[in-house]
Amino acid sequence: MVETVASVPLAVNENLTIQKRRIQNGKNKTRLSLVTGTHGDELEGQYLAYMVGNFIDEHIEQIDGIIDIYPALNPMGIDSITRGIPMFDLDMNRVFPGTKRGTMVEVICSSIVDDLSGSDMCIDVHSSNIFLKEIPQVRISVPTAKTLVPYAKMLNVDFVWIHDAATVLESTLAHTLNSRGTKTLVVEMGVGMRITKGYCQQLFNGVLNLMKELGIWNGETSSVREPIISEGHKVGFVNSDAAGIFVPCANFGDNVKKGDHIGDVVDPLTSKAVEKVLAVCDGMIFTLREYPVVYGGSLLARILQPEGGEE
Amino acid sequence: MKKKILFSLKSPYREQLDIIGFRFGHGKKSLAIVGAMRGNEVQQMYVCSRMVQALKKLESEGKIADDTEILVVPCVNYYSMNIGKRFWAMDNTDINRMFPGYNLGETTQRIADGVFSKFQGYEYGIQLASFYQPGIFLPHVKMMDTGFTDPEIMKDFGLEFGIVRKPRPYDTTTLNYNWQVWETKAFSVYANATDEIDVKAADEAVNAILRFMGKRGIVTTKTPPGYITEIIDEDTTKEIQSETSGLFFRVTEIGKTVEHGDVLGRIYDPLDGELVAEIRTPVSGTVYFAYNSPLINAKTVCFKVIK
Repeated sequence: MVETVASVPLAVNENLTIQKRRIQNGKNKTRLSLVTGTHGDELEGQYLAYMVGNFIDEHIEQIDGIIDIYPALNPMGIDSITRGIPMFDLDMNRVFPGTKRGTMVEVICSSIVDDLSGSDMCIDVHSSNIFLKEIPQVRISVPTAKTLVPYAKMLNVDFVWIHDAATVLESTLAHTLNSRGTKTLVVEMGVGMRITKGYCQQLFNGVLNLMKELGIWNGETSSVREPIISEGHKVGFVNSDAAGIFVPCANFGDNVKKGDHIGDVVDPLTSKAVEKVLAVCDGMIFTLREYPVVYGGSLLARILQPEGGEE
Repeated sequence: MKKKILFSLKSPYREQLDIIGFRFGHGKKSLAIVGAMRGNEVQQMYVCSRMVQALKKLESEGKIADDTEILVVPCVNYYSMNIGKRFWAMDNTDINRMFPGYNLGETTQRIADGVFSKFQGYEYGIQLASFYQPGIFLPHVKMMDTGFTDPEIMKDFGLEFGIVRKPRPYDTTTLNYNWQVWETKAFSVYANATDEIDVKAADEAVNAILRFMGKRGIVTTKTPPGYITEIIDEDTTKEIQSETSGLFFRVTEIGKTVEHGDVLGRIYDPLDGELVAEIRTPVSGTVYFAYNSPLINAKTVCFKVIK
């Protein structure tokens, strides 16, 4: 059943409508919410939403519980290849929990939070942006780690990144829901404006596994991988110092040693390599730049150091 | 006056970005004034350019106080201005959401870090600010309530209203907020327009900043008399939302005193021209913000009234 979560009239003959689909079977009231499409340039979750809903439709008799799928919190952004909400300055994921008496976006965010609150588990699926490719991972802030890491391990991701809490992140959907007692996992995977079918399949298996653990899915599941937990590891950031075109020579997922050559920044006009990009530490490349044009400061890679790696 | 490059950034395809600052006087860092950080903040850049003119004159007349240095940075982000974008063109990030910056971080973090290192250490900081939705403001001064800056100082601008804002999480990465964290008394001056020049409002902003500088002993100057500033908590102002959508017509002026029930705007159906809503104020007071785009969505804050 498709339901309207929020609807606001736009200027000319159209409504901005946030929708969800509720799939329910059996007596169990346990509710899993799958949320995606906050950023209009992140599309991995679109295919995942389709996969999960389609699979459940075909196996509804093995469902005992409620699955709510919210495929597009920012439908106008997806429709116009815009990361944020068109004609609104602030990132939608910096406006939660919203308010009933604020701007249109704040009103919508408030309705979304009201609708999601009370879910037994929420999965908020993001891709990376158009610049970076990310290994499937769950991101959790330190204060919620104890509660959420056991669930993150069920999701069949490669990596669980426990990061410091930051004041600016208090306006995210995940922070809002977690602070209201609705357990919410943030997934990042793939790259913006693209669908990586393999990653979607990997996370789909994880969602099914989580549903099994929650008692919503009674069918078979495949075994899930044991993710690396960032606790005890450090993350090395490789940023460009030069401006030009980044051409990697290392691959996503490679294990590298500090000082290894992982790419070059080249200048097409002078035909010179303007920067030889080196690994800043030992470890696995779990983020790699996809979009070639770089300025000084552009993020090129993130490297997950082995446990106990140097500062 | 000394014109200096405060921060440079190489681009793969454009001339190097050189962020220019104008320094006046010498000695103790007294005041930094920062203009456009977004590519459409033309009014903000214009007000700063007028400040450069005013300070050049005051300096030539020996009217800048001894042991006093003033920095004016009219435009941080002219890269976006030159190509008609509001935010950093490569990744659409907002430099004013990147403070205090990070010298090893992403590009706009590095820009924020580069300029913030030059903005720090001043006793006072003034940012010419713009709002995140289309609209016009009664010129006013605003500060974030971090506990560091005394709101009473806003009275020295002599603008009609001084507004105290309780910071929200997304405010914590703005220049104004971080200035205060680094112990600069920081204020945002709103000079009505953003992507067009409003000369009258710019005059008022320039006079307000000069008045502030005079009152704080930074310069000696004569300015037209200002208002006795009323200090207001932003949470006590009344935001009025549109309940429906369509073509928006404002029927009140900024700064006008309105009574409970007065019509402030009207919304018409964009296709058949029928009047679909009258926007009435639920409180009496002074209109200090009005939405100014012809198209309006429902649930849009279209007026703000100081009760």
